[in-house]
Amino acid sequence: MTSAKKVAGLVAAAAMLGTSTFSYAATEISWWHAMGGRLGEVVVDISNGFNGSQDACSITPVYKGTYEETLTAGIAAFRAGEQPNILQVFDAGAATIIGAPGAVVPAQDILEGAGVGFNKDDYIEGVRNFYADSAGKMIGMPFNSSTPILYYNEDALNKAGVEAPKTWEEFQEIAPKLKKAGYVPLAQSHLPWIFTENFKSRHNLQFATNNNGYDGAEGTQLVFGDPIKNHFKAVKGWLDEGLFGYYGTGWGDNQTPFNEGKVAMWLGSSGSFGGISKTVEFPFSATYLPYWDAVEGAGTGTFIGGAALFSMSGKPDGENKCVASFFEYLTSPEVQYMWHKETGYVPITNAAYELAKKDGHYDRAPAAEIGIKQLTLPGGDWTKGYRMGFYVQIRDVMNREYGKVLSGEATVEDAFATIEADGNKLLERFAKTTAN
Amino acid sequence: MKKVRFQSGLTPYLLLLPQLAIVVVFFLWPAAEAVRASFYLEDPFGFGSTFVGMDNFVDTVTSTDYSRVAKFTAVFTTLVTFLSLGIALLLAVKADKVLRGASTYKTLLMWVYAVAPPVAGLIGVLLFDQHVGPLTDFFGLLGWEMQIGVSYFDTAFAMTATAVWKQIPVNFIFFLSGLQGIPKSVQEAASIDCRSGFRRFWTVTFPLLAPTGFFLLIINITYAFFDTFGIVDVIVKQEPGNNPVTLVYKVFLDGFRGNDLGGSSAQSVILMALVFILTVVQFRLIERRVHYT
Repeated sequence: MTSAKKVAGLVAAAAMLGTSTFSYAATEISWWHAMGGRLGEVVVDISNGFNGSQDACSITPVYKGTYEETLTAGIAAFRAGEQPNILQVFDAGAATIIGAPGAVVPAQDILEGAGVGFNKDDYIEGVRNFYADSAGKMIGMPFNSSTPILYYNEDALNKAGVEAPKTWEEFQEIAPKLKKAGYVPLAQSHLPWIFTENFKSRHNLQFATNNNGYDGAEGTQLVFGDPIKNHFKAVKGWLDEGLFGYYGTGWGDNQTPFNEGKVAMWLGSSGSFGGISKTVEFPFSATYLPYWDAVEGAGTGTFIGGAALFSMSGKPDGENKCVASFFEYLTSPEVQYMWHKETGYVPITNAAYELAKKDGHYDRAPAAEIGIKQLTLPGGDWTKGYRMGFYVQIRDVMNREYGKVLSGEATVEDAFATIEADGNKLLERFAKTTAN
Repeated sequence: MKKVRFQSGLTPYLLLLPQLAIVVVFFLWPAAEAVRASFYLEDPFGFGSTFVGMDNFVDTVTSTDYSRVAKFTAVFTTLVTFLSLGIALLLAVKADKVLRGASTYKTLLMWVYAVAPPVAGLIGVLLFDQHVGPLTDFFGLLGWEMQIGVSYFDTAFAMTATAVWKQIPVNFIFFLSGLQGIPKSVQEAASIDCRSGFRRFWTVTFPLLAPTGFFLLIINITYAFFDTFGIVDVIVKQEPGNNPVTLVYKVFLDGFRGNDLGGSSAQSVILMALVFILTVVQFRLIERRVHYT
């Protein structure tokens, strides 16, 4: 008898230890995310920090796999009425979740409803609008926000006696020198994100009709003009001359040769900063995503990639209040700065950016500031982002056709004709899913 | 022979019930749901859906990519089936003749059977990786600059090689036991009649192996169609780009990654019909030529 009691007591004590942050009165909320590895650890740190900072709410983060897997899991759960309070959805899935009327409670409503102040101007320029509706109301709370920037191997550039390029014209001048110095001058990790979506933004070019898709799914069509076609013609030329390396659609496959010192410059995410500084053995720095000086009006800012947190609907008010207080905690300068410093993702509020500056973070690591500086470059009509449904498939189509261009199976003209045809068909199909 | 009958007519059905329930819940119901969903375009969150008739099927079949994926699936299935059956048969015939150390030899050939498809894919990826793969380095020495993930052909090659490698042991086990089931007396009689081992194999052994071969043919086609999913998934890393994928993988990509429920249901209905036709053809045409003893 007594031994059985002892065992039960031990089990209970162990259970208590395991949930040390649990408090009985607290309202439980759940957060499904796609942050693996080191990022996942920081997510847990943030959650523990929030749970420790107050008694009313307790958040539990759950890792659900890749971005796509997380969204699919969230959708399946929503249909079964088992949705989490907070779901992390990535840029390409934004139209899916925002387009479903009533799937989410807008972040702005959640915050205002709970009496927490909300001022859109607190958020930095490139972050403000991406997850907003056409009227500018913020639907998703930007979380891990990054933007494509150019990383370069300082040893390689010194050896070739060149400076990092600001424009693609400059790149064309220095690339042969880097090649002569024994490097593959350039690689990139995401053709749709870097050379399409942000190419459009960097040159202030329209990406889709209906205000880049923000005004509704009905009748939205992709827009491809000469600048992007010329860009891909140039890229193919660079590839053939050995000035550009293409290692497939895999992110890591393209980053590895840079980390190994074979590729001199690499276009990746500002969020890659933390990982690179831990991996590479050469001095590196970063600069803005290059643009074509020849394109009129080029040089505008880019918009964010990454993901946002969406507050799922169908939850009691008490839990929504907790979501609001979590969002408040998450956007506080201290937490944002910690997230920024640990991961390389940009801080999403001006206050957090100021804090990082004041703390001397950018004096210690100037490259860490490039992402946010690029996001705060002057914007234009077409720099706030895009909103298109079935966008995951549209990206797949782009990857497929760009792959054909680079392997010489298709011409640039044919590839873009196919992307437009297949992409527009997908957009048309998506419009039908939300019609009723 | 004495026939045993159930006392009550209901008992056999009662015993079948669990199995039937599983078939209904895990096969018939989802299949019916797929057929229904293939006629709709549905918002993934389930707020609204539009009846679109045959649109999903038309969109699927007319898309630029579908015929390429279908062609690849056909070639891939044929290659995987014939190569894995052929190599396994060769190995089994040779293993059958080994007397000394036979069990070691057999075990060496069989262990791969225990490897799960995604793990097999992972091993394939490591061997063929464009940066660190030893096989890539080896082919590089022979003058073949292999780049899986970039070149359509190279990725297809790596996929096929991995899928074949993974399937050989299963076929080997069946062929070997099939060979060992052939009566010694028949073989001895044959060797008196004919001196050529090669001819003896094709005229005596091979026909006697036909039932096993037919069974394996069906198993292998199903394997190449469906079970290679894990291998494809690990090799293309969910981002196919300009790389080959199989029809089943495309169903997954559109449905689970892209949340296009209607389109992906239409594809799976097409696939269901295809497999059904294939099975009928196999049983009608090929099984007639197979003689069971």
